[in-house]
Amino acid sequence: MNRFLLASTTLWQRELVRFFRQRSRVIGALGPPILFWFLIGSGLGGSFRLATLPSEASVSGANYLQYFFPGTIALIVLFTAIFSTISIIEDRHEGFLQSVLVSPASRGSLVLGKILGGTTLAFIQAVLFLCFCPLVGISIHPLAFLFLLSVLFLLSFGLTGLGFLLAWQLDSTQGFHAIMNLLLIPMWLLSGALFPIAGAPAWLRFVMRLNPLSYSVSALQRSFWVHGHPLSAGLLSPLGCVLVTALFGAATFTLSMWTASRPNT
Amino acid sequence: MEVVVVDHLNHTYPARRTVRGRLSQRAGRQALKDVSFAVQEGEIFGLLGPNGGGKTTTFHILSTFIPPTGGRASVFGHDVQREPSRVRERLGVVFQYPSLDKKLTVWENLEHQGHLYGLWGADLKERIGTVLSRVRLLDRARDLVEVLSGGLRRRVELAKGLLHRPGLLLLDEPSTGLDPGARRDLWDYLGELQSREKMTMVVTTHLMEEAEKCDRVAILNEGQLVALGTPESLKHEIGGDVISIESSKPDELQTAIEKRFAASCKVVDGSVRIERERGHEFIPQLVSAFPDLVRSVRLGKPTLEDVFILKTGHRFWSSDLEGERA
Repeated sequence: MNRFLLASTTLWQRELVRFFRQRSRVIGALGPPILFWFLIGSGLGGSFRLATLPSEASVSGANYLQYFFPGTIALIVLFTAIFSTISIIEDRHEGFLQSVLVSPASRGSLVLGKILGGTTLAFIQAVLFLCFCPLVGISIHPLAFLFLLSVLFLLSFGLTGLGFLLAWQLDSTQGFHAIMNLLLIPMWLLSGALFPIAGAPAWLRFVMRLNPLSYSVSALQRSFWVHGHPLSAGLLSPLGCVLVTALFGAATFTLSMWTASRPNT
Repeated sequence: MEVVVVDHLNHTYPARRTVRGRLSQRAGRQALKDVSFAVQEGEIFGLLGPNGGGKTTTFHILSTFIPPTGGRASVFGHDVQREPSRVRERLGVVFQYPSLDKKLTVWENLEHQGHLYGLWGADLKERIGTVLSRVRLLDRARDLVEVLSGGLRRRVELAKGLLHRPGLLLLDEPSTGLDPGARRDLWDYLGELQSREKMTMVVTTHLMEEAEKCDRVAILNEGQLVALGTPESLKHEIGGDVISIESSKPDELQTAIEKRFAASCKVVDGSVRIERERGHEFIPQLVSAFPDLVRSVRLGKPTLEDVFILKTGHRFWSSDLEGERA
């Protein structure tokens, strides 16, 4: 068997087994986003009138629980990506990763196995969350379902890659938490997950359009229908949004490969 | 045959960077200064020294974990820096910090390890079975690592390092955290491995009694090689016995002894030390000559700690402990 694949597969499998053996991690990744969704969605529901945004005509029929749904999925993916890559930091100097680093397995197989592991976990949880759709009156067109799955996969891949890239360069988990609060959470806040881009002030709209995550969230919003309309008209065409998401994944993966292959790391 | 060759090895850790990329005030630290030695096939080679002495740095360089900043090191003729993958194939590494995944079973840990070394299928299964029965853990194969005691975990680490049948086993402080019983077990096993498989081993340790069990020992202090040889030959350099005298005025006593007996002695950490043949005959003369200056006298055969004191002029543990491992 190909050694590269053998090493990647074994590391991928380890991520999955570890995750399901730690119940706290399952609860930790799915619980908070669902709770945020339910509390923020219900609480803001009364004050957040999408009708006040005439330009966003297609969302006028949706309530906030529905609007916040795709953003919650992005948050689930983000949290899972963070939790599955943060272990790299501790693992490196005292843990499993040490023995991977001195084994003949290539650094590339390590990067691929680790990122695909996190991707799979994020993807599974995002798909599980889709079960809430019928409960809140969101429908997904059967054709759009395949589109949705590919967006979810690419998004999971991209965010796990980003987590890997950050975690590899840090030597403390505190540092990772700082980056999470300064970079990752704001990235999510400004992705259209919480409020539509169209209603934001011009400078914020500019920032949001630069944020790759906005296109993924937009693609998700396109896939969810309420009262016969998608949740968002979309930043770009559906294909454009997927393309940006895929490019983001390719970029974080390439950078992760490059960082991890440098000697002395 | 020389399995490991370390040639004028130098290593300086870079100044540590903070998250924001600013340099911390601590400048680069030289951890190894011009260290050279060679390890012969089939021997247990000890790297002895206090914390910060450079043994873990040497271990990290030999295990291809970090490249040296100067000099060369090779394993089975392959340079650790230029051909790390060739070195890794032949190398079994047992880390000081656990490298086991606690959430996985013993068997699963070994399975992943095998896959990383390109082993799989029936061959891998058979090897895991063999290596586990050899460290007498076959009955615990399905247990999660987190339920095992420290001693058993270390045995799994050892099994992990041996799985791909390496030619050289590197062990970093293998008995750290083990109780005396488990420590003895481990060394019995290493001895077995040496006699039965002709395995070459490089062991770092800060324990004298462990270093005594090695065939040859390199003593490292503050990044420099201060002594190299078999424990016996090193102790032999001291010659005879070691007498140490507790005194309220050690400096005064030292001068007095040197004047009266023309014996060389030195003050180490407040006690006067004399190395000479037939120490037991010398002690009565000493005590009757300076009854007021001598509080207590100890006579002993030289140990590796005495070698360390001879070579560095200070006690093993008084060395600067601040320069911790990086």
